[in-house]
Amino acid sequence: MRTLEQTTDEILELAATHFKISRDEIAPDDDFFKKLGINSLQALDLLTRLENHFNVELPDYEIQGVTDFRTLAERIQSRL
Amino acid sequence: MLDLTKYNSLGQALGDALDRWPDEVCLIEADRERENCRLTYREFKQAAAPLSSFLQQNGFQAASRAAIIMTNQSKWLISAYAIFHAGGVLVPLDYKLSASEQIELLAHSKAEALVVEYHLWRAITAAAGFDRLQLKTALVTEAPPGADLKGAVRWEEARGDRELEFVERERKDAACIVYSSGTGGRPKGCVLTHENYLEQCVALTSLYPFWPGVRYLSILPTNHAIDFMVGFIGPFTCGATVVHLRTLRPEYVREAFPRYKITYMALVPMVLKNLEKGLKSRFAELPAHKRFVFDRLVALNRRLTRKQPNLNLSRRLLKQVHEAFGGELRALFVGGAFMDPATLQFFYDLGIQVGNGYGLTEAGTAVTLNDFKPFRADTVGKPLPGMEVKVVNPDAEGVGQVAVRSKTVMSYYLDDPDMTAETIVDGWLMTGDLGRIDEMGHLQLLGRVKNMIVTEEGKNVYPEDIESTFEGLAVKELCVFAANYVWPERSMMGEKLILILRLDEGQQFTDDLRDEIAARNRRLLNFKRVSGYVIWDEDFPRTASLKIKRNVLAQQIRERRERQTALIEI
Repeated sequence: MRTLEQTTDEILELAATHFKISRDEIAPDDDFFKKLGINSLQALDLLTRLENHFNVELPDYEIQGVTDFRTLAERIQSRL
Repeated sequence: MLDLTKYNSLGQALGDALDRWPDEVCLIEADRERENCRLTYREFKQAAAPLSSFLQQNGFQAASRAAIIMTNQSKWLISAYAIFHAGGVLVPLDYKLSASEQIELLAHSKAEALVVEYHLWRAITAAAGFDRLQLKTALVTEAPPGADLKGAVRWEEARGDRELEFVERERKDAACIVYSSGTGGRPKGCVLTHENYLEQCVALTSLYPFWPGVRYLSILPTNHAIDFMVGFIGPFTCGATVVHLRTLRPEYVREAFPRYKITYMALVPMVLKNLEKGLKSRFAELPAHKRFVFDRLVALNRRLTRKQPNLNLSRRLLKQVHEAFGGELRALFVGGAFMDPATLQFFYDLGIQVGNGYGLTEAGTAVTLNDFKPFRADTVGKPLPGMEVKVVNPDAEGVGQVAVRSKTVMSYYLDDPDMTAETIVDGWLMTGDLGRIDEMGHLQLLGRVKNMIVTEEGKNVYPEDIESTFEGLAVKELCVFAANYVWPERSMMGEKLILILRLDEGQQFTDDLRDEIAARNRRLLNFKRVSGYVIWDEDFPRTASLKIKRNVLAQQIRERRERQTALIEI
């Protein structure tokens, strides 16, 4: 079982790879819309990739209002 | 043409449809690749009846108000019909608002009943201000077993046992209170009558008819005015089928077209642009020789449909594209915000009509729509049947404020006679948008008169509503504007919000202050965020009651500062 820190770290790694930015540029409390320069549809795309990676299913509404990596990690962690 | 003249209310028109096509499928709800439910008109009626009866048994009566806060799903429509059947006034609220914003609108609308999804209810009951709500009944859907419902009833168990009564309403009675925007102290609750909706339904279906066998794909939540009309009232009064998809993820939206043989779909500009992007990347992957042939076929289709669309021809010429959309798609509707003409042209060249138009909640959704006679990407089309559109005080180029008069225009703003009087003048709805009507009768939109923006997702954002987020910031005073209100531009593209900061005497703009602004900005939903700031060196002009004279301040900034140099991006 992953810890929350491990989950957060894997999310940051995946986001950096997918949106082609350096891993060092993003931190758990960052706003992913702003840091990655993405809109809500692109955020759903990221969610799909995270679902495949963690093998969980997250309804769209689960990330409604979520803007930072840490909270996103908590939502995923609760379903692992 | 659809004839709804014999009906006085939405409840009556919908009720008649349920009896007229009992064995037709009216509603399918899909979640990703799974189908959650499929209801015929008969089954829909059977699902709504006990709910309507339950509401009536719990004191709900004619003109009582009931709010719905739900994502895109079948229970939304079942609940709405149950409310109309009981003579109620529906208050559709946006599930994407924060819980405190939802509480504010629930209080403002004086809703007695609420239908809400469990995860949203949990947030509402935990938010400040919940205690002051006057809800008599709360129905919660999909609550897990054993969940503490805080006094609410499970929607699935809300079944009245009294014989069901249909409550008659008049055409002039309120059907819905729709919040066009505004949660920061002055909510704008548009009171729309049964007549407004019945007339809008007739006008829209005259261009885009529904009939049994037509399948409408719904991905927008039904609180969205477009989806409410073309994803509920329109198809239901004509015996068609609505397919609700509970996800916006592009891969599942793409799969839904062929799976359900979709005829129509409504979307917001952002989603249409995403579809365009997806298609373009697939075209780019074609081997060179196939791409060569494909490009020639697109060019040929464009030439052959220049004067008018020819769906059968386009389907033959560009078979693979149309098959990817299920082979039966007739049109996409886009609305809620301004659409880039290049995107409209892209789809038209593929033989996919995008019903682009102009509308606003106050006018009962759509006012103009492109009639494809011929297709023009540079306008928002011509007025729909029954709509009068004029330009008030036009300048030398014919540009002025767009005004609308029709039976679809709302009655008034709830509890706000002043704003109503400013907005409806001598029977004309002043839209706050700048436009001109060309020689072909098409409306072209060219900017806004009002201090507001509309996002690509179709959200109206009033800058005044988000100032509270920056209250207490260590500056002398501040306010928020739409950048195009300060520096008007003849464009509806790329609208932005900006923060005007008046610093204290001798105060410097420090990194700490910048960080604090950025941190507060992050608390806002992403479409409400300011994108830049202007440091202003004079006290704001104010009225005797100390309100900022926004128009005067905007004019001062406009006269003394250039947009390019004054505006600093965050």
